[in-house]
Amino acid sequence: MTDKLVEVHDLHVRFVSRDATVRAVNGVDFDLMPRETLCILGESGSGKSVTLRALMRLNPPRRTVMSGTVRVGGHDVLAASPRQLADIRGGVVSMIFQEPATALDPVFTIGQQIRETILRHEPIGRAAADRRAQELLEIVQIPSARRRLDSYPHELSGGLRQRAMIAIALSCRPKLLLADEPTTALDATVQIQILLLLRQLQQDMGMGVIFVTHDLGVAGEVADRIAVMYAGRFVEVGPVASLMRAPLHPYAQGLLGATVHAGARGTRLTTIPGAPPNLEHLPQGCAFAPRCAWVEDACLSAVPALRSPAPGQAARCVRVPDTLQDAA
Amino acid sequence: MLLYLLRRTLYAVPIALAVSLVCFSLVHIAPGDPINAIVPADAPQEVVDQIRREYGLDKPLPVQFGLWLGHVVQGDLGRSLATGRSVWSDLSVAVLNTLRLAVAASLIGFAVGCVLGGLAGVFQGTWIDRVATGLAVAGVSVPHYWLGIVMVVIFSVELGALPAMGAGPTGGGAWAWDWAHIRHLVLPAVTLCVIPMGIVTRTLRGIIAEIMGQDFVNTLRGKGLLGRTIFLHVVKNAAPNALAVMGLQLGYLMGGSILVETVFSWPGTGFLLNSAIFQRDIPVLQGTILVLALFFVVLNLLVDLMQTALDPRIKRA
Repeated sequence: MTDKLVEVHDLHVRFVSRDATVRAVNGVDFDLMPRETLCILGESGSGKSVTLRALMRLNPPRRTVMSGTVRVGGHDVLAASPRQLADIRGGVVSMIFQEPATALDPVFTIGQQIRETILRHEPIGRAAADRRAQELLEIVQIPSARRRLDSYPHELSGGLRQRAMIAIALSCRPKLLLADEPTTALDATVQIQILLLLRQLQQDMGMGVIFVTHDLGVAGEVADRIAVMYAGRFVEVGPVASLMRAPLHPYAQGLLGATVHAGARGTRLTTIPGAPPNLEHLPQGCAFAPRCAWVEDACLSAVPALRSPAPGQAARCVRVPDTLQDAA
Repeated sequence: MLLYLLRRTLYAVPIALAVSLVCFSLVHIAPGDPINAIVPADAPQEVVDQIRREYGLDKPLPVQFGLWLGHVVQGDLGRSLATGRSVWSDLSVAVLNTLRLAVAASLIGFAVGCVLGGLAGVFQGTWIDRVATGLAVAGVSVPHYWLGIVMVVIFSVELGALPAMGAGPTGGGAWAWDWAHIRHLVLPAVTLCVIPMGIVTRTLRGIIAEIMGQDFVNTLRGKGLLGRTIFLHVVKNAAPNALAVMGLQLGYLMGGSILVETVFSWPGTGFLLNSAIFQRDIPVLQGTILVLALFFVVLNLLVDLMQTALDPRIKRA
């Protein structure tokens, strides 16, 4: 068995301010193998972006309290010194953000922003870095790459900007690419192009990818495995096919029922009643219980443990049969 | 870029013209007849009329403006009604004096303001931020003529370390960059620097805090860049707006603070304006306001050009 690329164990992230403590991530465990794509699926405020940022400690440092272990490519991210952390970021793991319009520095050219990343991590000269920058723009299929190096972000379209963002993220050949809703801010046609590009790059460069989205269609398109997140916990994890066909957790079922997809043609879309819980005051038991149609006493007393009915598949729900106790 | 430079400079011409028209008419709109200031109250009407003719004050206003402008572009701002001396000779001395004071005060104020504002923006919400913000508020709130008097009491009267009055050992006259002259500059410059210091601190804190909260700073961190490189990015983003504020502040300082120049008997434009106003010395008033306003126009032009050079989002075409 090859070494795991990412190991996350019992990750907690809290945002502390004078008035309140927001429990954004409440005990997340998962592994990622090299070349694997995991999709974290969830609605706004479910903690998916926070989890992703925690993997490179990018949450606002002064307000964030983290516990648990996060290992990426063998590095202990939570214990790393600022200098080690800076070496890991961009070198081992890098991130693509949701909004390419604001995620690029407006007063530096695309070329400068790629070059500084390369020069930061690799002992090569300016000219070599410039050549690599141009190659990168060609890899992400930006037309007339040489000219675009001297473009400022505001001179590019949304799709090109996101491609430039991807080029920056890939500039030091990271082992792990984190994508935080990279297609949400783009037009539907451009979305598909970016997804196809990401999938192809992942295969070409052999990266592990963790992809955060609220879009089931996108998740089905790119993922090997899907994790459904609710109120800071993974409520269900499973291979993409089984999760899309037969979700275990009532929340995942609700999500699927509320989405237009090929399997559900002809049936009515359903909605999940209620609203996500307040992360300042989480319920003692299952966070989804107040909205769940099958709620029972056991749901309210304690957070359900992960139960696994088949290898690789698990959900935090008392109704899921636990046939593979040791596998979980 | 050169073409842009030329075009921007040309744009400044109509502004300068409008400014000169306002200067010219302001003085005529103001109540009171300037002739009253030079002739005795009981002078016969013929004498008044004659003087009015001599000064050209009998002609229609547009003609007066045309004549005045014609002289102005040749560097002739007329003669002072009060002293009879050429306005330009008095004004040039005063402008240079104020320029020295303003540049010294703004150098101190901008340097301290940039450091304090930068620290407050980067360490937002910490005690550093609170100290810097407190100093900024104090700088803007303290009446500077009062501060000037306090400084004179402490450093001139009690300690005897620095002179309290004048722009040099002789009280005025030729300036030289030696300690004998510079020590006269210290107290007024420090007094005058607190307001720009406060304003630059507050503005810069706001600008930097805003930039630090933007997504691209997270991207920079995510690329593994070190603190100093990220800081450079923030500085380049903050520079255009910071420059605009500083340019404006330097412009205000050039107006010369009437109060501070009076407290320190600094023979600058504020001083000159003050006496011109009380003596209804219209040519001096016009000339001074015009030169100061043109200074503002030039300063704004420079700031615009620098902003364009720094911020690619401003169109150069």
